[in-house]
Amino acid sequence: MDVSRTVKYESELDKGFGQRVMQHSGCPKISECLQCGTCSSTCPVSLYMDYTPRKLMAMVKAGFKDEALRSHTIWLCSSCYSCTVMCPAQIKITDVMYSLKRMAIEEGIYPKRFPTPVLAQAMADIISRNGRNSEMGVVMEMCLKTNPMGLLKMAPMGMALLQRGRMEIKDFFHRDKIKNRKQLQALVKGLKVKEAV
Amino acid sequence: MKTYGYYPGCSVRSTSKAYEKSLLGVFKALNLELKELNDWNCCGATAYFGVDKDMAMAVSGRNLALAEQQKLDALVAPCAGCYLTLKKANEYLKDHPGDHINKTMDRVDLHYSGKVRIRHPLEVLTTDAGVKAIAAAVKRPLKGWKVASYYGCQMVRPYMDMDDPYDPQIMDHVMEALGAEPVDYPYKTRCCGGSLTGTVEEVGQRLVYMLFNEMEKHGANAVATACPLCHFNLDAYQSKVIDRFSKGFDQAKGKKLEPIPILHFTQIIGYALGMEPKQLGFSDLMTRPTRLVAAS
Repeated sequence: MDVSRTVKYESELDKGFGQRVMQHSGCPKISECLQCGTCSSTCPVSLYMDYTPRKLMAMVKAGFKDEALRSHTIWLCSSCYSCTVMCPAQIKITDVMYSLKRMAIEEGIYPKRFPTPVLAQAMADIISRNGRNSEMGVVMEMCLKTNPMGLLKMAPMGMALLQRGRMEIKDFFHRDKIKNRKQLQALVKGLKVKEAV
Repeated sequence: MKTYGYYPGCSVRSTSKAYEKSLLGVFKALNLELKELNDWNCCGATAYFGVDKDMAMAVSGRNLALAEQQKLDALVAPCAGCYLTLKKANEYLKDHPGDHINKTMDRVDLHYSGKVRIRHPLEVLTTDAGVKAIAAAVKRPLKGWKVASYYGCQMVRPYMDMDDPYDPQIMDHVMEALGAEPVDYPYKTRCCGGSLTGTVEEVGQRLVYMLFNEMEKHGANAVATACPLCHFNLDAYQSKVIDRFSKGFDQAKGKKLEPIPILHFTQIIGYALGMEPKQLGFSDLMTRPTRLVAAS
């Protein structure tokens, strides 16, 4: 039996983390969280999360950076905004979740084979290149990177969609694009300039 | 005839063609014109905000700026995801004039001064045309249709300017005006799982199952949706979800759920206004409303 310490020492916490998240998310109200748990009770997916939204808010405030950024919680949030609307302290919890997702990606510590972050990045990538999403393209990419066998499981639904004209064979090869991609590329490039400063 | 800018979004051009077909038909029948935004790009949905906030705001900002350039003062977005994302970018860009995102947009000929209003077709139909006008145009009252209106999340939250965020009524009023019986049930705005149905199946598909369970328990024989992703989750995953979870907490009642037709709300309006199932894309549905069509 492996015995290890289950409590973190205060000196091991990242004390500035809460402040950074407040800035990053544009949501200073995190500091006013009263731990009432309304967010967790209204959240439709909290029962699958490793840390409930209430717990996560406390962790952010206290500086549990590693646990927060490595959690599955942030990648299970489906952006239904139920917590945001209900929070008595007016914390925009959904936006805090977005912030933590971005920080996890920036630091490269998101769960690499978990489908949600892979799908999100595939989608962002194709839209910034083509200006248009490809439902087929991003789903294929997600499956290949996380669970290639999953593609087989999707075959029956794919067939049903093909039969009804809701998916077409050409979707496998064709990628929709906007006309003014030059403008879009200039936009992408322009936005990155600040990061370099 | 009133004219609105139209932002289709990716779903109505792929897996939800029937939504666009019926939407255009209904708008035309009620004397409202939709003019497609030229060279629109995808909104990035919820996914983009979790990857790059500046880009997420800017890609939607491009659509807003294009709308201004094309002299469209409103953009009608049939997808709840597009509706929310465009609205979110709209608020942000208006609240942060001269910030890095606005400045960068200016430099690439995408100046946005904040004049575009983002609207959902359900709201346009009920406020600009009006429920009374819809009722007056009914040629085929929906006798025997017991419709559970499913609003989902992003149409009513976090922007609560359309209806109540937990107990909205407008779609129910429309169904009533069409001669259908609106079904009241508790999960009207509970999340359908969004993309979780395909990414983390156990979680997403369970959410879909919970919706069916409530809708059918309260007597629905059809469902109306106002978002292509909600529609896809309920329609395309229905039989899978029933097989997977019916053995669970419903067995006590000794009844397995039956698949019921899930329709885009515009398909239901169109049918009541006398359009033919073919024009409305009924054959695209996984469970077709055959019995209901035969009865009304």
